[in-house]
Amino acid sequence: MQETKVNQMRKQVDHIYRSESRRVFATLIRLLGDFDLAEEAMHEAFAVAAEKWPGEGMPANPRTWLVSVGRFKAIDAIRRRTRFDVSLAELGQRLDSSGIEVKDDENVEDDRLRLIFTCCHPALPQDAQIALTLREVCGLKTEAIASAFLVAPPTLAQRIVRAKAKIRDARIPYQVPSRTDLPERLDTVLQVIYLVFNEGYAASSGASLTRADLSGEAIRLGRLVMALLPEPEVMGLLALMLLQESRRNARTTSTGDLILLEDQDRSLWNPAQISEGRALVQQALASQRIGAYTLQGAIAAVHAEAPSTAATDWAQIVALYTLLGQIEHSPIIDLNRAVAVAMRDGPAAGLRLIDAILADGNLANYHLAHAARADLCRRLEKTADAEASYQRALALVKQEPERRFLERRLRELG
Amino acid sequence: MKFICLGYFDETQWDRLSKTEQTALMEECFAYDDELRRGGHFIGGEALQCFRNAATIRYRNGKVTVTDGPYAETKEQLGGILLLEARDLNHAIQLMSQHPGVRSGPFEIRPADEEINALVADREKSLQQN
Repeated sequence: MQETKVNQMRKQVDHIYRSESRRVFATLIRLLGDFDLAEEAMHEAFAVAAEKWPGEGMPANPRTWLVSVGRFKAIDAIRRRTRFDVSLAELGQRLDSSGIEVKDDENVEDDRLRLIFTCCHPALPQDAQIALTLREVCGLKTEAIASAFLVAPPTLAQRIVRAKAKIRDARIPYQVPSRTDLPERLDTVLQVIYLVFNEGYAASSGASLTRADLSGEAIRLGRLVMALLPEPEVMGLLALMLLQESRRNARTTSTGDLILLEDQDRSLWNPAQISEGRALVQQALASQRIGAYTLQGAIAAVHAEAPSTAATDWAQIVALYTLLGQIEHSPIIDLNRAVAVAMRDGPAAGLRLIDAILADGNLANYHLAHAARADLCRRLEKTADAEASYQRALALVKQEPERRFLERRLRELG
Repeated sequence: MKFICLGYFDETQWDRLSKTEQTALMEECFAYDDELRRGGHFIGGEALQCFRNAATIRYRNGKVTVTDGPYAETKEQLGGILLLEARDLNHAIQLMSQHPGVRSGPFEIRPADEEINALVADREKSLQQN
């Protein structure tokens, strides 16, 4: 009897750890002003919980209890260390005299936003922003992040240590940016989330094309930011990720080969993710504050709504790419628009645009520009031109599945 | 907290401006420096002569060698430094983002190393006592 009760409580502590540990951690960083101290204190608090809750029962508000215990544990630890390190004495005194009573208030959610904005501070290098966000906000282990990004664990650990040192030494404050800075700072956060998503969706190198765990983590992060800060572009990004993710099962064969959108079995698309993504796009568009992620989400939504490539509203897609090109000048957007124009007006019209883009020189080393050109030449039965462009694309491609796809296309030219 | 702001600018672009344009730009910068002074944020600053007047010394093979020009060959050169008092990095970024000088070239904002500064201050004090 006693045994089962203890087991039940252990399960409950585990559950609280999964649901609350990141919140407790975020608040402890604010109270203690130090990432490492906060992490240590958070683990100590859970250790005390595992020891005490089975006998004394779970407190009414476990999160407040954990923050409070963590804070006292940290003060204890500082006192002990003060004997060896004079610089900590000041911190110990400050914490002691501040006498903050830990209350369960809205501050807790603010603390999570503070943590996100601090990890994604533009003064930190982008690879460190990504590593720090996955480590501190998502709670992933250093080894897991390292293997997902194909770097050695010590390299990634060093990235995190350096970033934390910079936060401390250059005094990057633990705060949500002011209203004037918010759009730009939010953009940095969204960029980190989208990079994580893309790393999971199309690995930048290596043999495996999809790493679902990272994409799932990015969507979780998107949902978290959405809950804390429901800005239109957050909705747009979350929609874009959900709509791309909805095609995961259709975009590769069982052997890992790439299947183009036009050849995908659309019954394999995830309807729940599509309807959630579409609703978010509508909500973001209705805000009238339309940004680049929302437009990309809208394009993905048009594809998701179409029963086939032929029945896709290409005019709508061309219009959305035109708008996107106005917000964000990029030759890659021009390339995508050219492909959509080819679907709307025929391959000859698309080819004229792509040749103009390639003539500008910006995408001369981008394999997909040559692959797109090859495809239009193939459709126009310009076999020699198609072959030359496939060869050019093959010389530039880095991913194994994409290489196999291009080789197959080249062979099919005959 | 003390931040040192290193102001860079492209001297060839500066030279293309007329004398009146140059004076107007400087006046704008001085006016903002005054605003920083009023807020207690301006600790000090130094303007630098042309990078062509610089000498770079380097320790190599057991002796010091002298070369002309600045250490780094870039389009933008260090033009001046400003010592800024700010609460934290975000505050420093916010204060310097409004400085008219940022329109002529980038600012690098670096926290002062107070540990080493404290050592220097100790030396100075002990010299004065002796």
